[in-house]
Amino acid sequence: MAHIQLPEGLPGIRGPLVFSPATTGPLCELVEVLLRAPNTLTMAEREMIATYVSAQNDCYYCQTCHGSTAAQHLGGSPADYELIGQIKRDCEAAPLSEKMKTLLAIAGKVQKGGKHVKAEDVERARRHGASDKEIHDTVLIAAVFCMFNRYVDGLDTWQPHDPEVYREIGMQTAAIGYAARDWKRPLQTLATNQAATPSR
Amino acid sequence: MAHIHVPDGLPGILGPMAVSPESAEALRELVEVLLRGPNTLTSAEHELIATYVSSQNDCCFCQLSHGAAAAEHLDGNCELVDRVKSNYATAEISEKLKALLTIAGKVQKGGKHVTTEDVERARTLGATDKEIHDTVLIAAAFCMFNRYVDGLGTWQPTDSLTYREMGRTIA
Repeated sequence: MAHIQLPEGLPGIRGPLVFSPATTGPLCELVEVLLRAPNTLTMAEREMIATYVSAQNDCYYCQTCHGSTAAQHLGGSPADYELIGQIKRDCEAAPLSEKMKTLLAIAGKVQKGGKHVKAEDVERARRHGASDKEIHDTVLIAAVFCMFNRYVDGLDTWQPHDPEVYREIGMQTAAIGYAARDWKRPLQTLATNQAATPSR
Repeated sequence: MAHIHVPDGLPGILGPMAVSPESAEALRELVEVLLRGPNTLTSAEHELIATYVSSQNDCCFCQLSHGAAAAEHLDGNCELVDRVKSNYATAEISEKLKALLTIAGKVQKGGKHVTTEDVERARTLGATDKEIHDTVLIAAAFCMFNRYVDGLGTWQPTDSLTYREMGRTIA
């Protein structure tokens, strides 16, 4: 049960977003700009950074939602989901560009704390073609997800474990993004899945 | 020197915000609502939570600028701000705020560190659901801001006059 009274049946961050509409606007604008605005990093790559950091923070809801969104941007096949799994387990060994690996390394340092990012980490990313903007965005995405993970877990929100829920979330999010969403709207899988019950 | 090229002379978060105006706009709106929006917690209390978390994260720029803003809201009481950073249990603040700072400190370590007991204690001392929600989100947001500022190696001035000015502007 969440630490505060949240609307029933809304998983993860959705409960807090509905509880606090004043902060929801800026939070959704921020993630829309960071993860979906035109960028030299693809939407899939940016969602991978979010997923990786959320996994490092052990936030089940965020890593699974954003992992699914990343996989959907790649096509949504089992192989795409498997790639996301590999990134979470060992991003150095995953079949990604060297540039992407260096950016994930920076994201991992940000997750520990800003001062963990060293000049050598940034230089390495530059040598593999990362631009200032890509480095900036990697740091900010990682920082933002350190916020979202704490928001979701700090309020002890309900986090379902049905993979179909996250598949649906990934499909919706990849298609329509984060801004101007009706977070109160129940997920189809939760509405129809009789086995889904709120649990820790 | 910052890890990326930022305009000269802009301290802390202002440099990165100048190179990424689209995300800067959303960040400004977020902090405005969080720290200055209508609330049963005062702006001073909000800024104290932000300052405390930033000091736990050892972020010089954020703790000094928001500490100065908190002091501005408290008629210049810098000693109180310093006491909150170093030992809030003994600071002259309400027991409710101490309980909320405990929650904020747990969020700084990680969301799962917040226990039911922490929340119950805050409720016993009068905290509402909204105040608990806002404490968690302010703490979480400053874990973001601190990482943004330090993760890009931004220039952070050390003189107190600069921060006093910033505090006035923020307040």
